Amino acid sequence: MAATVALPNTTNERRTVKWGSPLTYFLALVVSAISIGPVIYVILGGFRTTGQIAANPAGLPHPWVWSTYSNVVTQPRFWHELVNSTLIAVCTTLGVVVLGVCAAFVLARYRFRGREAMYTYFTVGLLFPAAAGILPLYLLLRDLSLANTYVGVIIPQVAFQLPLTIVILRPFLAAFPSELEDAAFLDGAGRLGFFWRVLLPLSRPALVTVAILAFVTSWNSFLLPLLVLQDENLHTLPLGVLNFSTEHSQDTAGILAFTSLAMMPALLFFSFAERQIVGGIQGAVKG
Amino acid sequence: MTTTDRSVSLTGRAHARPVRPAPSGVSRAARTRRKWYEIIGLTGPALIVFTVFVLSPIVFAVYYSLYKWGGYGWPTDFRGLDNYFGEYGAFRDPIFRDALRNNGIILVGSLAIQGPLALAIALLLNRRFRGRSAFRLLVFVPYVLSQVTIGIMWQLILLRAGSANVILTDLGLGSLTTGWLANLHVVIWTMLFILTWTYTGFAIILFLAGLANIPDELMEAAAIDGASWWQTQRHVTIPMLGSTIRIWMFLSMIGSLQVFDVLWVASTPAVRSLGASNSMATYMVDHGFNQREWGYGNAVAVIMFVISFVAALLFQRFVLRRDVDGALTGRKS
Repeated sequence: MAATVALPNTTNERRTVKWGSPLTYFLALVVSAISIGPVIYVILGGFRTTGQIAANPAGLPHPWVWSTYSNVVTQPRFWHELVNSTLIAVCTTLGVVVLGVCAAFVLARYRFRGREAMYTYFTVGLLFPAAAGILPLYLLLRDLSLANTYVGVIIPQVAFQLPLTIVILRPFLAAFPSELEDAAFLDGAGRLGFFWRVLLPLSRPALVTVAILAFVTSWNSFLLPLLVLQDENLHTLPLGVLNFSTEHSQDTAGILAFTSLAMMPALLFFSFAERQIVGGIQGAVKG
Repeated sequence: MTTTDRSVSLTGRAHARPVRPAPSGVSRAARTRRKWYEIIGLTGPALIVFTVFVLSPIVFAVYYSLYKWGGYGWPTDFRGLDNYFGEYGAFRDPIFRDALRNNGIILVGSLAIQGPLALAIALLLNRRFRGRSAFRLLVFVPYVLSQVTIGIMWQLILLRAGSANVILTDLGLGSLTTGWLANLHVVIWTMLFILTWTYTGFAIILFLAGLANIPDELMEAAAIDGASWWQTQRHVTIPMLGSTIRIWMFLSMIGSLQVFDVLWVASTPAVRSLGASNSMATYMVDHGFNQREWGYGNAVAVIMFVISFVAALLFQRFVLRRDVDGALTGRKS
């Protein structure tokens, strides 16, 4: 096997991707099956009745039942939670990108005393888990009358995401050659004009990266909404899944259907933005 | 900064200075002032939000932790370090010590299992073969799901009468079946398994990025020199992945110390309260938020902060040093 792979290596190996060895496929299949097997189990389980599941927990749907899914989809609460999650994630993303890129721009392209100190100050946020401050943060939000509001989740999420965003954006913004800046000055643009008209459009890939990371983080976040959002009308999807599973603990099929529908937005989003998500995580570490 | 760097930037400036149009009538002082306005205006919002919502809570946690406090008005019942070391302090509570042990199990277990596993899978998926990108996509799926859905999903699979036990019985391994989430000796290992399932994909993403940075020529050279695939990985690839592995270890460590969601969702409060499946974070929320022992809960928060911060600084000092210049150390070399 090794010999057949090694020989054509030098010629056109880059163009035509070869079939791997059977062992490679076997291992890759096993790994993929472990990764998505449980997810498929949940999706299929939603098509069975609780009776079917109790009789044979590991079986396939027989017959296929659509009513469980349609029950969930026709409940307003699912859509309500979907809207809440989307609203919070979109606002968080906007906040992170705007505040993050402004701060990163200054940290990347201004020379001033205290610049490195300011950068280090932001990076301190990467050295301890957000959960450590969650109790006093809740008390602070309560005292600011932000408990049980969207804003009470959005602003802290923006704050938590800022260090990583700045760490990703700063080297990116710093990498543009100073000739570019000089050319903008020649054309009469000030520093802000350069930032707005030249740097921002050129930074789109990096901005997309941090935006997607912020969106996914917000979409999946649990601890902060759990404490801040007591009002069920404000609940996000993760909270909704947990509520549903405690309220309908006897209705296994219902929980499976609700859970798999709650997974769908993330899975769809991931299948469209896989490149950016993966690239973003990788870029964040190379930072 | 090296001398070449400096000379490059100096020449850059030398061209720039004379042509930069200084608006007539605007003094140098006015321009400096304007620059500071810009600096303050652009960084101010981020600085304020970060300070108020990320750093100040830690300071408040230290303050609150010195009191016995129900959460309303200013705390007045000063207790010094009783919440930490007193008769009813966190360190004297066996359930909290269980939480510390569980965080330790998860931290060590994550590093010891996810690391080698993810490395093996990344090396596999780094080989060129048809369909590779599809396999990569599937392997990353667990990472994008919310931990709550993951927790509920595994809870249903691992129930006493759930499919995991049925499959074990069908395979003739009926003696291995147990209440994966109820058996007090097993539950923390079940949690470790769920967390491994969740986060191995993340490690694979990072490792594949590191592998993509290694030039093909290096591997080809090793192959020409007669190295087997495994020898190439062992002596060329893995050593070059060092910095990626260390950064992953850092992220995994911080994540393990704050683990909350899966434990909260997939194990019952009763099992948690017996110490079998709690972590510092679940213990903190149970006591501080649910039972309104705000002073005590904040003491746990401070313990969690100190452990993470010290671990992070030590790791940075002794392990990361060269890997993240500019990122975490704030110094560009």
